[in-house]
Amino acid sequence: MFRNQYDTDVTTWSPAGRLFQVEYAMEAVKQGSAAIGLRSKTHVVLGCVNKANSELSSHQKKIFKVDDHIGVAIAGLTADGRVLSRYMRSECINYSYTYESPLPVGRLVVQLADKAQVCTQRSWKRPYGVGLLVAGLDEKGAHLYYNCPSGNYFEYQAFAIGSRSQAAKTYLERRFENFSESTREDLIKDALMAIRETLQGETLKSSICTVAVVGAGEPFHILDQETVQKLIDSFDIAGTEEGPAAAPDSAAEGGSAAEGGAASEQGAPADEGVAPMDI
Amino acid sequence: MTKQHPAWSPYDNNGGTCVAIAGADYCVIAADTRMSTGYSILTRDYSKICKLADKCVMASSGFQADVKALQKLLAARHLIYQHQHNKQMSCPGMAQLLSNTLYYKRFFPYYSFNVLGGLDNEGKGCVYTYDAVGSYERVGYSSQGSGSTLIMPFLDNQLKSPSPLLLPAQDAVTPLSEAEAVDLFDMSFLASGYVAVMMPIGEISFFYSNIRSGVIVVEDKLYICAPVSVKDCKFQASDMAIIL
Repeated sequence: MFRNQYDTDVTTWSPAGRLFQVEYAMEAVKQGSAAIGLRSKTHVVLGCVNKANSELSSHQKKIFKVDDHIGVAIAGLTADGRVLSRYMRSECINYSYTYESPLPVGRLVVQLADKAQVCTQRSWKRPYGVGLLVAGLDEKGAHLYYNCPSGNYFEYQAFAIGSRSQAAKTYLERRFENFSESTREDLIKDALMAIRETLQGETLKSSICTVAVVGAGEPFHILDQETVQKLIDSFDIAGTEEGPAAAPDSAAEGGSAAEGGAASEQGAPADEGVAPMDI
Repeated sequence: MTKQHPAWSPYDNNGGTCVAIAGADYCVIAADTRMSTGYSILTRDYSKICKLADKCVMASSGFQADVKALQKLLAARHLIYQHQHNKQMSCPGMAQLLSNTLYYKRFFPYYSFNVLGGLDNEGKGCVYTYDAVGSYERVGYSSQGSGSTLIMPFLDNQLKSPSPLLLPAQDAVTPLSEAEAVDLFDMSFLASGYVAVMMPIGEISFFYSNIRSGVIVVEDKLYICAPVSVKDCKFQASDMAIIL
């Protein structure tokens, strides 16, 4: 009822104790195309849907490498995301320059969150209109964080943001308990399945999605289109009509065959057909 | 009134020599591994060579603290470049960056005498040589450091550099094969090792063992020379007289 009176400035509280500008910024995140992230003990996978404005234009870049051990997927105002990625890269470079060791992800997300908070408390600024899924490795293992425009951040086992992310979240909620022990391949397949959920019927092709991986011994890199298409093909064998329980099994067989090994899914060694580093 | 000399200097010379030779499709760089201060040896096993990019390697003699700082700075700048351009920096690009970085500290220089080597955009070997404040030039071969005054005339003799006065300008890139170029390194370090530090002939074998870190760029592969141990070295103390 009072929304319109108290939503002009980010520095104006509503009588109910809300900052509407900040909430509107979170809306912007919901309008962006979907981005998902999931992690196991040793790997984190980020995926996003890449919709181009028209057939003539190129896709928006939504996944950025920040450092060898950190990557970020964004949803919302991509320009804000680009600027924040540049900030993150700069922080990582400066930290490694000074300490000759990689910036712990946990520190980076706090810095990001503090940066976002500043914009919620200055009358001449506006909040960043982008949500960031930060994937990274540190000595304790793999981490996935979500940074909001509000300045809050949370750690997740798996999460999805952007439009139609609820479908992906439902898929992930069903299976997140197993992710800790997942192999790298399973994690990627789950990511692709989650992306597919957000497409709601549209065929999943490597041209409309992007997948990136970071893991122990594996620097952050975006998988190239060919690799992604091969992975999509290897689980599309199951078809969309079968239940999710059946799909991973046949997907696993297809995946192993593609890798040319007879090794079982659980024992599958990592990184046979891995794409070279993005950079 | 005699000039007042400062009690403390921000600089030190850790010695050492670096050499680089460019070939048609390769570049060879070598540096000795001794780090010293005054007449004392700090370590016998320190690499002065740093890979800055896929096809660009830098060797620097002089004050190693400044060299280290320079290497870190260039590595960080290269990372920024990769983020912005999504590719590795070319050797000529890195050469310009190094020059600018050195001149930036024109009034408190990096005490670092650099030689940059690698492959240019066409895949040909390139060597760039610098002074401490960033003046640089692309050449076919070069050396910097304590032994450079001994090595340069030797390389001039062996590699027959065309006169820079000739028109049209001629490439100084050597037609030698990579293996022959590496042989030249053995000889250059040998020659410089003996006279530069004025040790008796019995100590020569000691210098052989210092010629350890060499980096070779051939086509797209970058690999480190195997250590040259006393046994493997082809030149005996008696050969010294012939070379000198």
